[in-house]
Amino acid sequence: MAGQSMTSSAAPAGPQESILGFTKAQFIALLVMFAALVVAPFFLYPVFLMKLLCFALFACAFNLLIGYVGLTSFGHAAYFGMGGYIAAHSAKVWGLTPELSIIIGALLAGVQGGIFGWVAIRRQGIYFAMITLALAQMIYFFCLQAPFTGGEDGIQAVPRGHLFGFISLAPDMTMYWFVAAVFVLCFLLIHRIVHSPFGQVLKAIRENEPRTTSLGYRTDDYKLVAFILSATIAGVAGGTKSLVFGIATLTDVHWSMSGEVLLMTLVGGLGTVFGPMIGAAVIVAMQNYLAEMGAWVTVIQGVIFIACVLAFRRGIVGEIGNLLRVRL
Amino acid sequence: MDEIFGIPTPLLFGQLLLGLINGAFYAMLSLGLAVIFGLLNIINFTHGAQFMMGAFVAWMLLNYLGIGYWWALILSPLLVGLTGVILERTMICQLYKMDHLYGMLLTFGLSLIIEGVFRNQYGSSGMPYRIPPELSGAWDLGFMFMPVYRGWVVVFALFACISTWLVIEKTRLGAYLRAATENAPLVQAFGVNVPRMITLTYGAGVALAALAGVLAAPIYSVNPQMGTNLIIVVFAVVVIGGMGSILGSVLTGFGLGIIEGLTKVFYPEASATVIFIIMVMVLLARPAGLFGRA
Repeated sequence: MAGQSMTSSAAPAGPQESILGFTKAQFIALLVMFAALVVAPFFLYPVFLMKLLCFALFACAFNLLIGYVGLTSFGHAAYFGMGGYIAAHSAKVWGLTPELSIIIGALLAGVQGGIFGWVAIRRQGIYFAMITLALAQMIYFFCLQAPFTGGEDGIQAVPRGHLFGFISLAPDMTMYWFVAAVFVLCFLLIHRIVHSPFGQVLKAIRENEPRTTSLGYRTDDYKLVAFILSATIAGVAGGTKSLVFGIATLTDVHWSMSGEVLLMTLVGGLGTVFGPMIGAAVIVAMQNYLAEMGAWVTVIQGVIFIACVLAFRRGIVGEIGNLLRVRL
Repeated sequence: MDEIFGIPTPLLFGQLLLGLINGAFYAMLSLGLAVIFGLLNIINFTHGAQFMMGAFVAWMLLNYLGIGYWWALILSPLLVGLTGVILERTMICQLYKMDHLYGMLLTFGLSLIIEGVFRNQYGSSGMPYRIPPELSGAWDLGFMFMPVYRGWVVVFALFACISTWLVIEKTRLGAYLRAATENAPLVQAFGVNVPRMITLTYGAGVALAALAGVLAAPIYSVNPQMGTNLIIVVFAVVVIGGMGSILGSVLTGFGLGIIEGLTKVFYPEASATVIFIIMVMVLLARPAGLFGRA
């Protein structure tokens, strides 16, 4: 594996103070993010914002794997979609509360991630990408045929239910605060994981796997745990999305969804803390406003992919960080 | 002898033949992927789109210019191969110094563009391409009717795969190619124009995909999505076979096509997933693939 690594983020200039594990710049960005989360629903349509947050969380989970471990999964839709189906099924058929439905969906996505990760980490690089893609396609066909998913129709009319059994999530604003809370919790969890000693080993694997092995770390175990965590959080994102829209469909397990999350992360900046969120915002907004253009949206996505790969590998946040000489 | 294991023979042999045809496409596509990967070190995600382009160019030649199947069999791979050469020269060549995955991302983006453009132009529904008169009809083999065109596809695909193998293993050009796969700078030091060889190799791999597309046009309907689902299966085929050996990819392609066909007879529910399940089993037993080098 010669050549430039996937994530060559700019080195921070000199020692930086850290606040709660964030660098100063990151902490300011975090405050801006919180402010945006609070203010946004008064200016923008809450359902659009919830969609954006679900995808932002999905992209953050994906970034945990591609940005910090250097593993390119091309099949993350499998965990996102499966989390969505299971949460929808739990909420609709079993009548569970929303938080339990999402947790069950996430756990199942995690178990699935454990099995698939165990198979996929036997190969590296390009093969890893192809294997994860093939496994996700298998899940797509499974969801197409399995009785509980409703085939082409999906699971429809999923109730949002009552949070903890007594707070109704039916009003969009209440649901928005719930989704925002889920997002912030998972975002902080990912940040905690990345900055733990465990996260340091993950980054070491990204930079040089044989050397990490020679230091005595079982890199396969670390990769597998990272894969499971990423799949679980992707499941949270999928489950939350299915409750927001009251529907879980084949779109969420399709390979194009795996491509989309990759695009979001790439646009925002691989291996940056805030990149996936910005990338998700850009792509979701683009899809929203260009929806009437039909298949041209796919073409535009392709063009963005190419532009990112050829000219713009740091992504939006990576470029800004490079410009300001800080790590975001 | 109307039944084998309780399955009517015409059904069994019909599905076997269909499996053999799918296997022929798997073999041709995974062969192209393997050749490209060997020299360029990228996985050509555009391969499925280029397969689709091959079929579409054949359809366009017929409907806009009145050029029939036999000329399309030559012209379509040439034209699509030419677009491949242009892509390699303008974009892909910038990525050789970088992580392999950027090549995959770039070609993925390209396939989105190509498919999107074709979908805008021709919609999602398929368009028919009729079988050339010389190859229409069917032979009565006693136990089943064998459409002539399907037999032709299998034979011609085998011929294309074996010719590719012969070129790579038995000619001077192939020797250069194999040497450059092992150590490109050294081959370049001997005065071989390696960058041009890389470009032509990519063009040839793409042309092979387009050739498979022309062969597929009369069997499947010509539509913009015909390549995508196929390419994901071909990725699994490539993982199962390993990309180390040319004959290995051909054997794996045909073998998996037949297994898929048999699954359609004995347990249809699993026919869409059987190749992926085999991939998992192979990965557990032989992570490098059946013919791969670790």
